Amino acid sequence: MADLILLFFLLVCAVTAVAQRELLNSAIILSIYSLIMAVVWVRLGAVDVAITEASVGAGISTVLFIAVLTRVKRREEITRFRVQVLPLIVVLAVGAALIYGTLDMPDFGSAAAVSNTHVVPRYLEKGVEETGTDNYVAAILASYRGYDTLGETTVIFTAGLCVVLLIRSEKKRRL
Amino acid sequence: MMSPKEKDNDLYIVDDELNSNIIRRTLVKKLIAFIQLYALYIIIFGELGPGGGFQGGVILGSSIIIYILIFGLEEGRKRISQKASDFFSSTGALIYGGVGLLALIFGGNFLQYAALPWGEPPVANHYGIMAVEIGIGITVAATMIILFCEMIGRD
Repeated sequence: MADLILLFFLLVCAVTAVAQRELLNSAIILSIYSLIMAVVWVRLGAVDVAITEASVGAGISTVLFIAVLTRVKRREEITRFRVQVLPLIVVLAVGAALIYGTLDMPDFGSAAAVSNTHVVPRYLEKGVEETGTDNYVAAILASYRGYDTLGETTVIFTAGLCVVLLIRSEKKRRL
Repeated sequence: MMSPKEKDNDLYIVDDELNSNIIRRTLVKKLIAFIQLYALYIIIFGELGPGGGFQGGVILGSSIIIYILIFGLEEGRKRISQKASDFFSSTGALIYGGVGLLALIFGGNFLQYAALPWGEPPVANHYGIMAVEIGIGITVAATMIILFCEMIGRD
């Protein structure tokens, strides 16, 4: 029941965020969306993802959205609303296909699911022994998948570098 | 004199009039210590519980960002200068890579924490993961500060 209520609020947030003409409102509604999503992650047992969603989705990305809005126009142009038939059909077809695809998915937390039978048993058996930590999430992220996490850190560094190169150099040129 | 449109866009940048609000200033000053403590907790204990370098780094970065939001960019840049945030942004990634190289030097594979010279393999693993989490935290925090400051910095 609680899940259904959360899902309902997620849908309401998503639709209102799209429907807003004032972009600042959209940014704030998206942050509410992320907060509800964080609760959903906790209910699914993914606390690490929940912390990320709350700090990144609800926190920093809202601030960054608003920071960007100080540089651009923050009101959407008024366009006449009209139904376009072909895109609507495409969207509905893709949506129906996706929902049809979920029917084949295993039950939540099912031990027979492919994701739970491939490498996960190995991690659960040998994780503590091989990585010295009791937290499997940290063990997988920092140890088994250490290369990926190094890549992610580099991606974040590169993002900051690009912003510095693009915006700061432009500022200097104008001076 | 600003045109009305410019003024409209300026709404989100710290306004001097709003800025003199003593309640916000005092509250943020007191709160930042706890935000940063929580961020450090999440980074260090990310290895044992939920959280980790990424989440903790974002929270650490937001503690500076909230300071800049209330006190203005100039005042915030006194706390962490442009040079410092640039420097730390690369330092974190280098710490991560450095731990990997250190393992390589001591005869293990790249990022094989057990080979690190910090005690028995389980203990070395422990410290290795903690070190890379700290590296991730530094990079993420500094990058978030850079992103925000570059976005709001007026030309």
